[in-house]
Amino acid sequence: MNSSVLFHPGEWLYLDWVLLVASAWLSIGLIGVFALRRLALVAKVLFPAGGVFGVVLLGIALIATQAAPETAVLPIGLPQLPFHFRLDSLSAFFLMVIGGVAAGVSAFAAGYFRKGEGTPPGLLCLEYHVFLAAMTLVVLADDAYAFMVMWETMALASFLLVTTNHRIPEIRNAGFLYLLIAHIGAIGILLCFGVLQANTGDYSFENMRAQQLSPFWASIAFLLALCGFGAKAGLLPLHVWLPEAHPAAPSPVSALLSGVMLKTAIYGILRVCFDLLDLRLWWWGVLLIAVGVVTALFGVIFAAAQVDMKRLLAYSSIENIGILFTAIGLAVLFSSYGMLPMAALALTAALYHTAGHALFKSLLFLGTGAVLHATSERSLGKLGGLMRYMPWVAWVCLVGVIASAGLPPLSGFVSEWLLLQGFLFATGLPSYFLNMLIPVVAALVALVAALAGYTMVKFFGIIFLGRPREERLALAHDAGAWERIGMAWLVTGSLALGLLPIQFIQVIDPVTQYLTGAGLGATVADHGWLLVPVALDRSSYGPAIFLLGIAICCALVFIIVRGIYHGRVRRSAPWDCGFPWQTARMQDTAEGFGQPIRQIFEPFFDLDRQLPSPFDSEPVYRVQVGDYFWRWLYLPAAAGVERLARLLGHLQQGRITVYLLYSFLTLIAVLLLVRR
Amino acid sequence: MSAASLSAQFLDIVIALLLAPLLTGWVNQWRARLQNRSAPSLLQPYRLLHKLFHKESVLAEHASPLFRGAPYILLGCMTLACAIVPTLSTDLPLAPAADAIALVGLFALGRLFISLAAMDIGTAFGTLGARREMLVGFLAEPALLMVLFSVSQIAGSTSLTTIVERLADQGPAIYTSVMFAGVAFTLVALAENARIPVDNPATHLELTMIHEALILEYSGRHLALIEWAASLKLFAYSGIGLALFFPWGVSEGQSPFAVLYALPVLILKLAIGGFLLAVLETISAKLRIFRVPEFLATAFLLAVIGMLVNNLQGH
Repeated sequence: MNSSVLFHPGEWLYLDWVLLVASAWLSIGLIGVFALRRLALVAKVLFPAGGVFGVVLLGIALIATQAAPETAVLPIGLPQLPFHFRLDSLSAFFLMVIGGVAAGVSAFAAGYFRKGEGTPPGLLCLEYHVFLAAMTLVVLADDAYAFMVMWETMALASFLLVTTNHRIPEIRNAGFLYLLIAHIGAIGILLCFGVLQANTGDYSFENMRAQQLSPFWASIAFLLALCGFGAKAGLLPLHVWLPEAHPAAPSPVSALLSGVMLKTAIYGILRVCFDLLDLRLWWWGVLLIAVGVVTALFGVIFAAAQVDMKRLLAYSSIENIGILFTAIGLAVLFSSYGMLPMAALALTAALYHTAGHALFKSLLFLGTGAVLHATSERSLGKLGGLMRYMPWVAWVCLVGVIASAGLPPLSGFVSEWLLLQGFLFATGLPSYFLNMLIPVVAALVALVAALAGYTMVKFFGIIFLGRPREERLALAHDAGAWERIGMAWLVTGSLALGLLPIQFIQVIDPVTQYLTGAGLGATVADHGWLLVPVALDRSSYGPAIFLLGIAICCALVFIIVRGIYHGRVRRSAPWDCGFPWQTARMQDTAEGFGQPIRQIFEPFFDLDRQLPSPFDSEPVYRVQVGDYFWRWLYLPAAAGVERLARLLGHLQQGRITVYLLYSFLTLIAVLLLVRR
Repeated sequence: MSAASLSAQFLDIVIALLLAPLLTGWVNQWRARLQNRSAPSLLQPYRLLHKLFHKESVLAEHASPLFRGAPYILLGCMTLACAIVPTLSTDLPLAPAADAIALVGLFALGRLFISLAAMDIGTAFGTLGARREMLVGFLAEPALLMVLFSVSQIAGSTSLTTIVERLADQGPAIYTSVMFAGVAFTLVALAENARIPVDNPATHLELTMIHEALILEYSGRHLALIEWAASLKLFAYSGIGLALFFPWGVSEGQSPFAVLYALPVLILKLAIGGFLLAVLETISAKLRIFRVPEFLATAFLLAVIGMLVNNLQGH
């Protein structure tokens, strides 16, 4: 293991470069403070510069995944308590995700932020870059202290970013809800580290790795980590902040939240389960799979019923997080039984999906940002037909939609394919119960994937296809140059991940080697352009050949049809079974498109329907889809807290004599307790 | 990759493209006979394609490039699907590029594009068709995947060619799980190919149509491509069914002539399958659209039970 202390003479390690990128981001943020209201400088210089550092981070991390772990001690913070940092392949992988997505989002942000949107641009620039730097350092942290400081910085910076338009009360509420749940999570993580250090008083990760906890305490630590990181990731039932915070935030921020910040929680759970804990129990895997698959199903069903485009994407993120946790659960299950190659397969699926989701979800959020700017409309029911007015954004979003629907030949399919392979060959498990569980979960994963396709058709079809549902949509303009650069970067990434799985699995290989001691790299490298995770006669997939096959078919058919017959086209009014009076209002609304889902999965929804009677002169039809977790969990909890607060309020008498009495009683109590 | 395997691949695709409309014609003919109507010629689908290719294509004024491109992509997807399914030979160079899971993805990709194209014009029927098609799709897709999984576990592979080889080698054997999977597959195949009881390929009755509502705005060569793709889809599904449940008689690349022996066997199997499909369509009635989820949920459940049985028996 290489170690270094920054600013000492000698060789520069990758870790030093990464820390340099983080400090560069911090300095860009600081410059922003001095250019508080100079939008041109902030947007056209600072944000692109931040994006360039994102690319740099991507490059360094790409090399560092293959390198040996490096550590550094930074004498910042409290005396005798320096920050420990460590760069190993796991953190390098997540740095890649952060750098890659940040580059695209920063370029988009350069064209996105305008005057008069709440927080002044300079301050926004500070929050944004502190957020990026904090995420980078969370992934690098090698002791609980540094981790928690960075984790909280990340939460605070993102809270401030979410509440950019803080003059709107809903946005403030969304921000507070997010902050609350982030802190419930932080408590869980803090307690988890407390268990992991096993009474040694040494909170460095190195010490935690060396500890051998009993299964009981290890399980406690695991449950606390699941709770803590699950809150950040949006696992059921702590998911409620996601659909509130994502629509509230400006689109580039939603892209970062969904694409990158949720992934830090994935990083955390992987770090704790596979690195800091030295044992894994089978029921942890089952718990992770169960929570994951329920979250995924819940997320996708709610996504299909949404009528706000950013809420729809937020629920879709919940679904993807569910799939990620399912994959991690499968890896834990396999590794608890010592089936290391299978654990590596499941883990590869999880990491692949992490990167894939980071790219396509941030791409789609940026797409909604472009739509929002062009139309100032977020509700699906008032959009439509935008493909004609903003073709660039539409085609780019189509790529994101195909990836998100988990269809070949793009990135979403590769990870789903690997995950299903993991489930399919999971038959060697030494327990009847597990062997029965696995097919059911595989079936649910397949259902979730198919429903994701439904959701994405709704998302794309209602926004971009059909006829504009409002007249002013005809004035919508396509995205600007900076926005295009940012989206093009993410599209390229999505395509590359979809078409080059062999190369990307080579990048993931050291990570799975480090976490489970096995990897797919060697198997995968032997078969040229075919992705072969286990053996050639078992399963194989070649996305490039796949795409080429379809493209050649299309081209040949096109040429032959034109050659033998003709290419004549006549334009006329749409036919629609000969019905002449068509208006844009006759298309499906977002509610209408989600109706089959509401009907089939009715028990999941807290529906509030208002149907007109036949005698209404002005009939109103309204349907609102609510979340039972609000009604049965959060609102009662909030009411309970309020009642408790009112009870405690009786202590507050406003008279000095009463308060003196309190002090006196406290003193007596302390004296009684502290007996020598 | 030898010349024999390349020619087998080529033959596989060409036979699929040529025979697919014939299969449709065969099913239609039998349906008409069983329903006491005078039957159309076997070649009627070819005549229809020829007629449509000759006609000019009428597009809505505001149709986007997506609308014009979708039929080509759909046909491309279905052709690739037919190229992967081992109908004549298992020695197919393209087959390793997509296994059974990717095949399901391929069908889903085609469905996504045609549904988006239907929404593009913005008519009431188009979006209605897209919504219903996606509804059928999201219920049928996991069921199909589970069917494929059940058989994959027995053969120890998700590659269709390997499944056919291994199942054909071990001779006729009865697996409980495969029987569940077979019933589920039949239900899914009916739904996916827009057949009675889920959809009626011969109707334009607005309340019941699914597939026809999707393609309502298409005409001329675009419609021809879609009709051809629908035939190919039926052919591919028949091919999958034969590969999973009747894998015998397919060439395993021993000699170039084995492919030629496989062809009559394939035609015989398809003829019987087509006849049974016509019988099924004649004796069942169209379901209300609200009952379709129940129909497909049954398929899904049967497929999952099949896989559970498989795992219980320790495969």
